[in-house]
This record gives sequence, structure tokens and C-alpha cells, in this order.
Amino acid sequence: MAVALVKERYQSKVGEVVIGATAAEGGTRTSVIKVGGDSTLPFLHFEGKVENRAAIAMEVTDVPPAWNDVVKSHFGDVINDPVAWAKKCVEEYNADMIYLKLIGANPEGENRSPEECAKVVKDVLAAVGVPLIVIGCEDPEKDNEVLAAVAEATSGENLLIGIAEQDNYKSITAAAMVHKHNLIARSPLDINICKQLNILISEMGLPLNRIVIDPMIGGLGYGIEYAYSIMERARLGSLANDKMLSMPMICTVGYEANRAKEANASAEEFPGWGDLNDRAILWEVLTATGLLQAGASILLMRNPEAVKLVQQNIADLMEMNA
Amino acid sequence: MALTGLEIYKQLPKKNCGECGTPTCLAFAMALASGKGSLDACPYVTDEAREALDSASAPPIKAIKFGNGSVMGDETVLFRHDKTFYHPTTLLIEIADTLSAEEVQAKLDEIKSLEFDRVGLHYTIDGVAVVDASGSPEQFAKAVAQVAAGTERSLLLLSNNADALQAALPGVADRKPLIGSATEANYEAVVNLAKEHNVPVIIKAEGLDALADLVEKAQKLGYKEFVLDPGARTPSQTLASLTHCRRLAIKKKFRPFGYPVIAFTSKAEPLAEITEASTYVAKYASAIVLKASAKAHILPLMALRQNLYTDPQKPIQVEPVLHTVGEVNENSPIYITTNFSLTYYSVEGEVEASKIPSYILPVDTDGTSVLTAYAAGKFEPEKIADVLAKSGVADKVNHRNLIIPGYVAVISGKLQEISGWKVIVGPRESSGIVSFTRAM
Ligand code: B12
Ligand code: SF4
Repeated sequence: MAVALVKERYQSKVGEVVIGATAAEGGTRTSVIKVGGDSTLPFLHFEGKVENRAAIAMEVTDVPPAWNDVVKSHFGDVINDPVAWAKKCVEEYNADMIYLKLIGANPEGENRSPEECAKVVKDVLAAVGVPLIVIGCEDPEKDNEVLAAVAEATSGENLLIGIAEQDNYKSITAAAMVHKHNLIARSPLDINICKQLNILISEMGLPLNRIVIDPMIGGLGYGIEYAYSIMERARLGSLANDKMLSMPMICTVGYEANRAKEANASAEEFPGWGDLNDRAILWEVLTATGLLQAGASILLMRNPEAVKLVQQNIADLMEMNA
Repeated sequence: MALTGLEIYKQLPKKNCGECGTPTCLAFAMALASGKGSLDACPYVTDEAREALDSASAPPIKAIKFGNGSVMGDETVLFRHDKTFYHPTTLLIEIADTLSAEEVQAKLDEIKSLEFDRVGLHYTIDGVAVVDASGSPEQFAKAVAQVAAGTERSLLLLSNNADALQAALPGVADRKPLIGSATEANYEAVVNLAKEHNVPVIIKAEGLDALADLVEKAQKLGYKEFVLDPGARTPSQTLASLTHCRRLAIKKKFRPFGYPVIAFTSKAEPLAEITEASTYVAKYASAIVLKASAKAHILPLMALRQNLYTDPQKPIQVEPVLHTVGEVNENSPIYITTNFSLTYYSVEGEVEASKIPSYILPVDTDGTSVLTAYAAGKFEPEKIADVLAKSGVADKVNHRNLIIPGYVAVISGKLQEISGWKVIVGPRESSGIVSFTRAM
């Protein structure tokens, strides 16, 4: 008996965003990354087109980060040099993009000037051929200055910059518009705020295909289920032609997963939890693979071992299915 | 799934004779739809109508129970935000019958240690799958007997050979194992064996068309305690098969697929295997058979399962009453937090680690985190002061110091004013509590 399968016909698809620009397109990237564009739920090739493979951007910081040793130990000395670090991520770990965080800008830390920050971005751009995602130090006022400088200095590179939030989106949106970059729009696990912010940003004139949604996530064991459901609803919304929810989604996987106690506590401390190294890798992996099933398009990750496993998961799921 | 009154009415004799106790067939149908009365009250319903109504009112996916409290299936939605997922994926760890008795014992010991405590929840592995790798019924039966004697957990006996199942099952039938797999080649023997011992059985075929046929044939043997295996063994195809089965069961009420579905991993390396299995936990596997058995590998998968099967309407909460950590005394510090279980246990774990006997007072914030509660107006100074006064902790300590979460430092002044207690702003993350207490 031939079973009549249920194949959904969706009205629309996820919007596609292109990150990076080659020389021909006015930038200097050797390759660009396209995300989104899918006309089905994640990896259901049998009913629609999975247009682009989900991408992994590896996290690099301008000054050495306060990360746990499990992750840091993979990088050794390069952690002190964003340029060498970014190169290692691309050449050794096949990162699709670099996610550069300019934490050195923080007024309570090194308080680097916008010009210094822009230079780091330029240096990283010169060292790797993949597209860049750049965010500031999460001090809203400082970030407005820093990202304006970065956007200008990298005009034409078609970066993905962030973070625009409901109460601080104007100046970064303007910077993205003027210098032709893409923008991360972050909302706190809330569909309505997410849509509202996208409306505000697009009203300023930034086209929808230049926005990526950061829905905010919780890591594995720490609220991932909220993100999972919000993202699943957003994905269904975009397939149902809700234009203000139709952008690809980006997830701060490395950050959230590595905040978890389970990614940090040793086996001596918690014998019941087993070996820390593998546990920490899987904590980041399952945060990523879980959210891939909810519709994540860009995963921001840290641990190279975790990256490798998630790359494999994505490749496996990109095989056709019936 | 509930039927509407009209759907029931269509199946009734429409005599309007009133013998059922309601004046009309329609009124009777309405009463049934709202769960009042029983179809038996109508003497005229046909057997066909009864069958149709029974099967239409059956849940879209049958609940299948086995072993030590394992329940699979009985799910009603495709997306957890539509309501909730009910029966967390049953995780079974494989033991091959080709292992030596010592190796089996070592594996059983490892499986026994798979119990985890985190954020106030206790997780245990569900069961063991004994796999016929030897091809010898005697050896399979022997391994099954050893495993059954060595674990209390649920059992799955897995062989495509009816003779092996026949050899192994009778000795452990009282443990109500799941058995499998019934295939095109052996289904009569295997399903009849399952029926005889009243245990559930896996129906396995290559692909969904073949599976639907085989289920229908197996049902004709007069048995319905089934678990499905669509035979897919690659991640992408397994995801597709799991999705098809769930959709057909829920959206179409396609009866042959109205059973739980079991998934098998294809990866051998443990981290890769857990990565693969995570996809099946998210997307509809009612059970997964795993090779990995180390704590560090199983805990993350169990955490994902626990998270995705949490009811979205009800965050897990702790009782908003005064809690104590250690042998408290009149000098014990008092920590204020929320009753969201994740928040509470993050704090409790660190307070415990500080080795200082302490009080923790979780404020009822409807189970929301510190900042979520604060943003939603559920963690206001007035409320905290009130909870503090009602807790009676003032009579238990001889100081008047409160420690509040660093994220709500802004409320400290007002809280101090209203409560009359000295408010100390703690660290933002609970991980800072130990060093914070050292500095105090
Ligand atoms: C998951 C989440 C939700 C979930 C709720 C989950 C829940 N049960 O609480 C949902 C989606 C429902 C939600 C809703 C809202 N949220 Co919300 N949410 C989050 C998110 C992503 C994680 C929160 C969480 O679970 N944290 C984990 C727990 C364990 O953290 P915690 O309670 O703070 O506890 C830690 C520390 O505070 C410390 N600690 C706790 N107690 C104590 C006590 C002492 C003495 C000490 C020393 C330390 C300490 O220990 C813990 C571990 O370090 C955060 C952003 C983020 N990533 O943090 C936003 C966030 C908290 N939400 C926010 C907002 C604004 C909201 C909403 C008001 C708006 C909205 N988004 O719709 C609503 C309110 C809903 C309502 N009316 O109840 C804002 C709050 C902004 C602010 N600074 O006030 C945040 C920060 C996001 C943001 N950046 O804008 N949210
Ligand atoms: S007894 Fe049956 S036929 Fe008669 S009114 Fe009731 S439902 Fe209708």
C-alpha cells in the first residue's frame, strides 16, 4: 500500500540573507555565505527546498576572553591574537564565518577607541577570506560609536553587524544602511517584540533581506526550551508569509552553552556527571543541534570539537530524504 | 482525541426512540461528546458504528507501556508550543550478547550509575536493549537472563530471529519487556509470541509503505501492542520517517501509524552518536537505542529530553517557602531568589558549596527567572518585603541582613526602606556566591 504522506504546502519561505562580498561585489571576501531561503521546516527535503545549509560562525574576541579552560585549551596562544585566532578557526576548523566580538571596547575594561576596534576588524578581514559577523562589547552607548566606526571602515564588505535592540536600534541601523551591511536584531524571547523591532528597523529603510533575527536563547538545561518554541513559531510564521518574522535566525550557542555549570564543573566536583571535557563539548553541541531543529540558520560557537560534530550533523541532515 | 457531537451523531441509528435516556439521538450524541454517558445505553448501535466510534475516539498515538514504568507514545501534537509533549523519549542502552559475562556485568554497572541530579531533578536511564549479535538463540537467552538478573530497568529483547526471542522471552516475561523485531519474514511467529506473553512488539519494515502493510497484517493476528521501526538508518531519512509517522498519526489519524516509533542510531563514535540522537529526541522518537553509555555522554541527552518535554505552560517551580541549607543557626545568612526551579537550584547548589548553613527564601514569581520576574513586576521590593515578613525568618536569626541577586541591585534601596532590613547586593551569577561568602 502506498501511504499518502502529509506534505505541507507553505505559502512562503524564510527570507534569504547574503553575508560578505567578493571583489566583484565591492568587498574582499573569497566566498560569501547565504542563509535562509528555506521553504519547509528544518531539513524536511521531502516537502520543500532547504535552500542553504545552516552556517557556523566561530567566536573570536579582540582581547582574551574569560572563557573556561576546556574551550581555551584548544586555541593555545592564538587566543591573544584575534588575527591568528580567526585564521586558525577558518583554516583548521573550517568555520563558515568569524564572529568577532569587540569586548575590548568596554568602558569598564580596556575602553578601546572606536578606531582601534575598527582596525582589529580590518586586520581580521585581511587575514581570512570568509565573511565576518561583528558585535561590540554590549555597552549600548559605546557600541553605537564602535559599530559606526567599524561599519564605515569596512564599507562594502557586507558584514553582519549587531546588536540592534528595541531600545537601541537607530544608530546601528543607520550605520548598516549607509555602509551597506546586514544587521542582527535581538529580542528577548518574544515574538511580538521581535516583529515590532523588525518593523522599526525596516521603517528606517533597511531592507528585510538585510536583517537576521537573534531571538535570544537559553542554553541546554537552562531554558533552551523557551528558545526552541519561540524559534519554531517564528519559522512557522515565516512559512505562513509573516514578513516581519521571515528573517533567518542566529543563535549565541557558544555563549549560552558555556555558561552552564555542566560545561564548567569538573568530574571531581560532580562525579555523577562524568568527564568534563566530553560533557562540555556535548553541552555546546546539543544546544546547537536542538536549535537547528527549531530553525536556526547561523550558530555562533566556541569549542572546535563541538563545531566539528555540528558540522557533521548539518551535513548528515542535508542529505535528501523521502 | 475527542469527537464532536456531530461526528458521533452521524454514526447513531437516528431512531430518536429515547431508550438511551435522552429524547433524541442528537442529544445523546452531545452527551457522549461531553463525556457523559456511554454508548452502551443505546441498544441499536451497529457493530460497525461501535468500531468506528471506538477507533475514532482512541488517542492518535497509542500509549505503549513496558518494563519498569516505561511509557511511549500517547502524544497529541506536532509542536510542543501547541500544548506539550507528554512521554519523554525512552532511552535504552544496547548490550550485545557476544560480550563475555564479565563484559556484560561491566556494562550493567555502568548503566546502573546513569542516574543524575541536576537543578533539583533526578534523571535515570530507562532501560537496556539486549541485542542478538551472536545469531545463537542459546547465547541470546543466556545474555538476556544475565541482564535481567543484573538490572531493574526496562528491557528490550532485540533479534530478528523468532527462535531467539522464543528462547529468551519466557524466562523474563514477568518483566514485561519490549521485544522485536517482527519483520515481513517472521511476523506471525513474533507477534504471536508477543501476544502469548502479553508484551509489546516492534514491527519493522523497510520504508513506510511496507511498514503500513506489515502493521495491518500484524493487527489481523488480533494484537495491537506495537512499536514501529520504519527501518531508516541514516539521520536524514530517520528524521523524515519520524516526521511522517507523527504527522500521519496526528493530522490524518492514519491508524497503522497510531503507535510509538523507535529510532536507532547509525554512528559508532559516542559523541557523534549522541549528536545524532539529539535530533531524534527533538523530532518525535518515542524510544532510541544507544550504544553510548558514559555519564558525560548520556547526561546532555537527558537534559535535552527533559527540557523539550517540559510543559510550556508550567515552568518547573519550587515551593515558595523558607528553605534551609545545612544546620542553620541564628547567624545564618538569608538569600532571596525566585521560585523558578532553575534559578532556585542554581543558587542552592552554590550556597551548599559555600559550606555555610543558610536560609534561602524563594519569592513566588510564577516560576520565572530573576530578571524575567523583575521585568514583569513580580519581584518588586513591596512583594519581597511582604514575603520576608510572612516567612517568619526574623524570629530565627539574630541579624537583619538580606542578600539579593546582583541583577536586581536597583531595588536594594527601596527594599531596605520598606523592609527595615539591611540589603546586601550579591553577585550577579550564582557562581559568584562562594567567593562572595569568603569576602563577607
Ligand atoms: C527564558 C527567558 C524568558 C522566559 C521565562 C523563563 C522563566 N521561567 O523565567 C519567557 C519567554 C517567558 C520570558 C518572558 C519575558 N522576559 Co525574559 N528572558 C529569558 C532569558 C532568555 C533567560 C532567563 C533565564 O531563565 N535565566 C536563567 C536563570 C537561572 O537566571 P536567573 O534567574 O537570573 O538566576 C541567575 C542569577 O540571577 C543568580 N541568582 C538568582 N537568584 C539569586 C539570589 C542571590 C542572592 C544571588 C547572589 C544570585 C542569584 O543565579 C542564577 C544563575 O547565575 C533572559 C535573558 C538571558 N539570557 O538571561 C530574558 C530576560 C530575563 N527577559 C526579559 C524580559 C524583558 C521579559 C519580558 C518582560 C518581556 C518579554 N520578553 O516578553 C517577559 C515577561 C513575561 C512575564 N510577564 O512573566 C529581559 C529582562 C530585562 C531586564 N533587565 O529587566 C531579559 C534579561 C532579556 C533582555 N536582555 O531583555 N523570558
Ligand atoms: S437509544 Fe439510540 S436510537 Fe434511540 S434515541 Fe438513543 S441514540 Fe437514538
